[in-house]
Amino acid sequence: MDIRVQEAAFDLGAEANAFAGKQTGMGAVVTFTGIVRDLDETRMTAMQIEHYPGMTEKALEKIATEASSRWNLGDILIIHRYGRLHPDDRIMMVATAARHRADAFQAAEFLMDFLKSRAPFWKKELTGAGDGWVAARDEDEAALTRW
Amino acid sequence: MDVLYFAWVRERIGQPKERIASNPATVMDLVNQLRAKEERYAVAFADLSALRVAVDQELSDFDASLANAREVAFFPPMTGG
Repeated sequence: MDIRVQEAAFDLGAEANAFAGKQTGMGAVVTFTGIVRDLDETRMTAMQIEHYPGMTEKALEKIATEASSRWNLGDILIIHRYGRLHPDDRIMMVATAARHRADAFQAAEFLMDFLKSRAPFWKKELTGAGDGWVAARDEDEAALTRW
Repeated sequence: MDVLYFAWVRERIGQPKERIASNPATVMDLVNQLRAKEERYAVAFADLSALRVAVDQELSDFDASLANAREVAFFPPMTGG
């Protein structure tokens, strides 16, 4: 399990390659990448991501440990950035490795659902017309009930 | 204990962190103490349904005990991913 909370950009291709390359006996690797986009066509110029150092790492570990207990996984990678990002920047990625693809896909979805509303990150959109915190969506909270 | 604020809660209160000398028994007791301090706290804590709380870096509830708690954090619902 590899969990990183960092300000720096990450190389999606290099991370996916390294993750897949260090597995043995795994038939499937799934990766998901989150990208900064303009949520409400507000002409966002940047996104400021705040987090709770200490709790963030604990929360991500807890989510990853829960995923490992529910599915037959070989490995998990979570990278989540904070600080100032711009449209089309990569915010975060998860990767899961499993012997079978169903475990890898489902675990990746589970990780994403819980990362959305149980990891202490907050996004603020910066626009020419003013700044605003991104509100949590009811659908994201509802998505947790399917697990 | 240390009280931490994040996102718009931090902005509304005007600081990221402060130390509280009293020993409130529960999160709700702490909230009421803070509300009584100044208007900016009363505004930030006006609608608790818009807030989440963590005690010692674990998500918690407003009726949770603060016995032995070292750190309490208040923030809006999280928006990771």
